[in-house]
Amino acid sequence: MERLGMVYMVARWEEKAIAKAGEKRGVKVKLLHLPSLHLLIGEHVAELPQVVLQRSISHYAALSSTLVLESLGVRVVNTSTATAAANDKIWSAALLSRAGVAMPQTGVAWSMDAALRLAEKMGYPVVVKPSNGSWGRMVALADDEEDLRAILEHREYMPQPEMKVHMLQEYVAKPGRDIRVTVVGGRPVAGIYRYSEHWITNTARGGRAEPAPVEGELGEIAVRAVEAVGLEVAGVDVFEHPERGYLVNEVNPVPEFKNTVRVTGVDVAGEIVDYLIGILRK
Amino acid sequence: MPVLKCPVCGGDVEVPDDVMPGELIDHDCGVTLEVVKKEDGTIELRPFEGVGEDWGE
Repeated sequence: MERLGMVYMVARWEEKAIAKAGEKRGVKVKLLHLPSLHLLIGEHVAELPQVVLQRSISHYAALSSTLVLESLGVRVVNTSTATAAANDKIWSAALLSRAGVAMPQTGVAWSMDAALRLAEKMGYPVVVKPSNGSWGRMVALADDEEDLRAILEHREYMPQPEMKVHMLQEYVAKPGRDIRVTVVGGRPVAGIYRYSEHWITNTARGGRAEPAPVEGELGEIAVRAVEAVGLEVAGVDVFEHPERGYLVNEVNPVPEFKNTVRVTGVDVAGEIVDYLIGILRK
Repeated sequence: MPVLKCPVCGGDVEVPDDVMPGELIDHDCGVTLEVVKKEDGTIELRPFEGVGEDWGE
């Protein structure tokens, strides 16, 4: 019986690399393809692995499947609480702040008027972010009150309740790049600079990448961020502020790492599988 | 490489030997197909319906 498993929705490059890294180590990773899976909460199934890596691309599918697997006594990486916190940008920002991790100034307002007053207090430009989102989508930059009013009006007309909670963040004038650090089991295993002419620098949106050194301060702040949110496997997005140094922008509980591997040569999938094997042996 | 039938156009679809359930294949007919493992352990293809919400990072 397989003792390691991976729960996922779409098998991307990363999921295939993780399955192959298991094979290379003589450990068969049981594939729990969510669209083919059903489970009863709390009713144990004999063939479930002891340790499961969560790789679902849908935030809600990831959280719900982690919760159900945990109810069956399965150890899931990342845990449900860490996944929920990381996927909610307000929740994770609150945890980062409490842990003293440097981050861009972030505010939350619960009406359009209050958001306009918050922006005045913070100073323009401000970034308007959805509290739950990926790949930089629905992130908007407001240079002035007119911009912000237009963005907020669009948000207020959207049906999702979270669109009525406005998260504003200080705009950090990055040096044409940001940094993605991949952390596994409390260690910063690889980092890349993501360059882009656009202020949104995700490589998923077409940015160029180069290796970034994770020794020293950069790796340390990434690990502190991951620990603050309770994650074990994570991608940490870091900005370089001209005066304040490294600022943690976000933590991601199901990180993609194809570009990180291509640019750095680090076997991230192998690092993840080794970490899971380590948990099994405990 | 196993060859399966596209459920949309009926054409042949070459599937890699190391294929995994959940893998996506763009077929020549313009449809994105998802690899699904059946109860009997064999695989089939069905049109990919997406994940219905924001995903990735």
